[in-house]
Amino acid sequence: MNVPQPQLESTEVQLIGRVCGGEPEAFEELVRPYERMVYLTAISILRNQADAEEVAQDAVLKAFSKLSSFRGECKFSTWLVQITYNEARMRLRKDRRHLYESLDEQQKDPEGDYWPRDFADWRPIPSESLEEDETRQALQDAINSLSPTYREIVVLRDVQNLSIKDAATILGLSEATVKTRLHRARLLLRDALAPGLDGCWSTGQRYQKVRPW
Amino acid sequence: MTTIEISCVEVWREVSNYIDADISPELRERMEAHFKVCSHCSAVLDGMRNIVGLVADGRLFQTPPGFHKRLYSKIRSRR
Repeated sequence: MNVPQPQLESTEVQLIGRVCGGEPEAFEELVRPYERMVYLTAISILRNQADAEEVAQDAVLKAFSKLSSFRGECKFSTWLVQITYNEARMRLRKDRRHLYESLDEQQKDPEGDYWPRDFADWRPIPSESLEEDETRQALQDAINSLSPTYREIVVLRDVQNLSIKDAATILGLSEATVKTRLHRARLLLRDALAPGLDGCWSTGQRYQKVRPW
Repeated sequence: MTTIEISCVEVWREVSNYIDADISPELRERMEAHFKVCSHCSAVLDGMRNIVGLVADGRLFQTPPGFHKRLYSKIRSRR
C-alpha cells in the first residue's frame, strides 16, 4: 500500500494495512459499515433473499482474499460494491440466463425519453407509513417491477445514497448515462405508485390500504 | 429581469436533476416559476420527491435476521 490513496479514509487505510500485515480479524471492522450495502446490491439484482445472502457472503470473502490487490483508486466501499455487483450479475447469468437477457432486450433504448403518465395531484405517502408492512411491500414491489437496468441504479443511488460518480464507477457507465437512467427509473417508480386518474391502483384494493385517505 | 418560460417536456427531462440540485441556478429559477403555475408538473415533482425520500429510508430494506452473524462466521471459517 505505497501508492497515494486520496479516496480512502485514514481508518480504512490502517485497517487494510492491518489485514494485509497478518491481522485478518481487522477485516470484520473494515467491512461492518458496508454489509447492508453489499446485501442490498445483491438483492437488487437477484430479487431473492437466499441467493442475495449467499452472493453477499461470496463477495465479502472475495474482497478478503483480494484485499492485497486493492490499490485505493476508488473508495473501499465502491470497490466492495463493485465486486458484489459483478458476483451477482455472474450468478444471474449462470442461473437464469434467458430470463435476464429477455429483460434486457426490452430496454432497446434505456436512455430514450420517457414521459410521466399520471398527472393527478400527488397525495403524499408519509414516511411513518413505512412502519406498515403494506407500504414497504408496495414500494419493494414497485422497485422489483423495474427492469434490471433501472433497478440497479435506483438501489445504488436512492436506496444506498451513493453519489452519481460512485454509481457510475460501479456500473462502468458514464455519469451522464447514470443520470439519464436514474431519471427514468424515478419516473417509472412514481408512475407505479401514482394513484391514477380514478384515485386507485389497478385493483383499487392495495392503494386504499397504503393510502387510506 | 423576466424569467424565460420553460415547457412541460423540458421540466420532465430535468425534474430528477432538480431534486438532486444538479442544475444551473438559471434553470432552477425557470423550473420554479413553472411549478408555480403548472399543477401537472408540480404533481410529477411532488410524487418523485416523495418516492425518492421513502426509498432512501432505512426502514424500507433491511438485512435478514441473523445476516451479520452468518456472514462473520463464514469469514472466520475461511481465514
